[in-house]
Amino acid sequence: MGRMRRGCVPGAGRGRAVLLAAAALAALAGAGRAQPRAAVPPALLAPPPAPASGLIGDDVSNDAGRALTLSWKLSPDDSVGLHRVRGYAIERAPDPSGPWQLVDSVAARTARFVDQSVRRNTDYFYRVTTLGPGGITPARSVTGPLRATSSWFNDRRYSVLVATILFFGFVLYFMASAQSGKKPFVRRIPGINAIEEAIGRATEMGRSVLFLPGILDIDEIQTVAGLVILENVAKLTAKYETPITVPVSYPIPFTIAEEMVRAAYLNSARPELYDPTSVRFISPEQFAYVAAVTGIMLRDRPAAHIFMGAFFAESLLLAETGFSTGAIQVAGTANVHQLPFFVVACDYTLIGEELYAASAYLSGDPKLVGSLKGADLLKILIIASIIIGCVLETLRIHGFTHWMQTQ
Amino acid sequence: MQWLERLDRRWIFVVMGLLVLGPLIKPLYLPLSVTEHVRAFAAAIDRVPNGSTVLMSCDYDPSAIPEMVPMTRTAMRQLLSKDCKIVITVLWNAGPGLVDSVTHETAREFPGKRYGVDWINLGYKSGNEAVMVLMGQGIANAFPRDYSGGDTRSYPIMHRVRDYSSFPLLVNISAGYPGTKEWVQQVQARFHLPMVAGVTAVSAPEFYPYLQSGQLQGLLGGMAGAAEYEKARGEKGTATRGMDAQSLGHVFVALCIILGNVVRRTRPAGGTA
Amino acid sequence: MKRELPLLTTALIGLFMILSFFVPHEWVSVPADFLQATAIILVAFGYVLGGANVLRVNLDAVSKRAPGWPYKVLLVVALLVTVIIGVLDGIPREGGFLNAGTRSKWIYDQVYSPMAATLFALLAFFIASAAFRAFRIRTAEAAFLAIAALIVMLGRVPIGDRMTAWLPHAFQLGTMQQWIMDFPQNAAKRAILIGAALGVMATGLRVILGVERSYLSGEE
Repeated sequence: MGRMRRGCVPGAGRGRAVLLAAAALAALAGAGRAQPRAAVPPALLAPPPAPASGLIGDDVSNDAGRALTLSWKLSPDDSVGLHRVRGYAIERAPDPSGPWQLVDSVAARTARFVDQSVRRNTDYFYRVTTLGPGGITPARSVTGPLRATSSWFNDRRYSVLVATILFFGFVLYFMASAQSGKKPFVRRIPGINAIEEAIGRATEMGRSVLFLPGILDIDEIQTVAGLVILENVAKLTAKYETPITVPVSYPIPFTIAEEMVRAAYLNSARPELYDPTSVRFISPEQFAYVAAVTGIMLRDRPAAHIFMGAFFAESLLLAETGFSTGAIQVAGTANVHQLPFFVVACDYTLIGEELYAASAYLSGDPKLVGSLKGADLLKILIIASIIIGCVLETLRIHGFTHWMQTQ
Repeated sequence: MQWLERLDRRWIFVVMGLLVLGPLIKPLYLPLSVTEHVRAFAAAIDRVPNGSTVLMSCDYDPSAIPEMVPMTRTAMRQLLSKDCKIVITVLWNAGPGLVDSVTHETAREFPGKRYGVDWINLGYKSGNEAVMVLMGQGIANAFPRDYSGGDTRSYPIMHRVRDYSSFPLLVNISAGYPGTKEWVQQVQARFHLPMVAGVTAVSAPEFYPYLQSGQLQGLLGGMAGAAEYEKARGEKGTATRGMDAQSLGHVFVALCIILGNVVRRTRPAGGTA
Repeated sequence: MKRELPLLTTALIGLFMILSFFVPHEWVSVPADFLQATAIILVAFGYVLGGANVLRVNLDAVSKRAPGWPYKVLLVVALLVTVIIGVLDGIPREGGFLNAGTRSKWIYDQVYSPMAATLFALLAFFIASAAFRAFRIRTAEAAFLAIAALIVMLGRVPIGDRMTAWLPHAFQLGTMQQWIMDFPQNAAKRAILIGAALGVMATGLRVILGVERSYLSGEE
């Protein structure tokens, strides 16, 4: 937490602004009364509640200077069952003499408030007024000056910063190392090898390849991964002169996919084979997309289906329909809840991060392959952290866990 | 048994259809028990002080009606019965019409509750996580108009609502993306807003880590979770009525797994696949 | 410059957004929030391109009398009617888009909602046929998977409790399925999520550094 500010300027002001504020508070104290009350004998009227006290304030840390936090001691009359306190009103002014502005009010039994309507680098003074059915008790003192300032660094994110720097370092090192000739070993993933096999099969059968880059927009990293795989697939289909169909659900991935497929045919010196309708925008509506794609599967009968990207409930519909047409199916997604459906219904499945690694495998680019090793090294560190953390927690040493917690 | 291997899958569809339809026509009244995570969901809402304003994000569309709508109704009833006010947002573009119908229907069960005073539907805003972040700077900034086109700030319910700090709880009913995971990452982790979630059955396992870490205080999983929630609240809604059908459906799928393997194992040696 | 400028822009904005996670200061957070809001607007304009493509592809198929061309006519007509009705209903005096009583709400309630719900409902049938056809127990791991699947499937529904009510509490299907969900499933899910998150970071870093540049254009 930042510096504690405890100011005490005696005597709340008695100016006109105060009277207006008091009138507003009186209205608040009476707010919520849905029905007019019958007259109550004076003897039975409760007295105004005792005031809240000990108001202290502080700048909220790790923010852009947008908030101040206030806390106070509850009114002695604010106990469960007493019903002599209805709430507290928090007022703010640029100067102890006013003009006072009502910021908000909170319910009884609340001793904390975060004022998020402040301007940064501006001094404010606060007071808390106690509200009850018996009346309003003004604050006895004013706290301030309090000032919200911007923080330059979120000190609850050191652990993420360390991990990020390590990750960047590992990846850059192994990319440079791979480029200099020390290409790391990467294990064979059957699903990725199967992509070329699937395209070859479609070529032999004289049928097309169907490629789905997922059903999310370009801001989803799985869609980016899917489109990167599409680039490699499109190069192969252009090389083998196999037609390709790419139904896309969002406009921006559609334009990227269209460019990729067109460029693949251009770069393979087969521009005449490029079909402008091979990449189609369908619909962002999940099941409209499914209906269109299953229609393509049943009518056009592609021999190979490649599903690479983010999929949801439609995954089984696509995979089962595809199976019924006899196509070879290769799928990859990082949506773990859809993996079981793809595993069951497809011939090969890329699980989780294998989808992101696929582009490195397919292209064979040393830099991309090097980045895989960097990510793997960080994974080893994470495993070590988990084991160390479990041991320390078992020994009731919480420092490491607290350091890892972020906000 | 080999004829089973060549069975046209449409027969499987027919049997499944009959097993699901039957209990809907003639209920079996199978007893339900309420699990721990569902109890925690109801308890988290119970802990909200009466009269507070709660944020409810209904992120689903008509395809998820059987699972999501019962959750929405029961949660809304629980909140309105506590005199809580509800601010509703929708992050799925095909959702607001459905959510509007459901919330109006449910609110009609509470004659004293008025739109704009006790609950409000802020409608849909595109942008997914960006909208969640924008709401952190001000709910009315992110949704200047409500679903019916009125000025958000003019409604009494919004007079005391600024940003996430105005709510003691977020109730998220979500069928996918954007949904619970994004709310946890963008809102719960940043603003520490207590949160409960109702999700589809297929995605529920994904959120168990958040339950264990305390980021979610309760979880409803699919129609079973919705039915348990209805039971916990003493209601008998559409989810409860659907559980008999779901029970038979699950039994049939289990039988399909077993039968499929029995057929393969009893296939004569050298038979075709 | 055609590729260098977008790559430089991607790198700068990507690194800036990473920085905004660590630096809450207004010099960083205010522009970062602005960039996120801008993204929403950019995406909205993309729908114009998408709509134009739908019309182009389908009208082309209709003109060539491609197989199934009557359905493409239906698609184009439905698209145009829905858009026109939506625009007209959006005019304030017309009641508001998707508000009760409007034509757009009728389309939503009577056409869109039932179709979406129906397609989702197909999953029930496909799960059964996939379970029968494809769930093969060939290895010990597959056997464990099948046993866990059966316990969870039956334990999640009331009939599972009814079937094992006579057993001690710890061996009832409901209890076993809850244990499977809380522990082994949770651990495996966490592991896949961590791996996938690392993959996201690696892909994001490759895009920011310009190593992965195929999203720009396929031209070499």
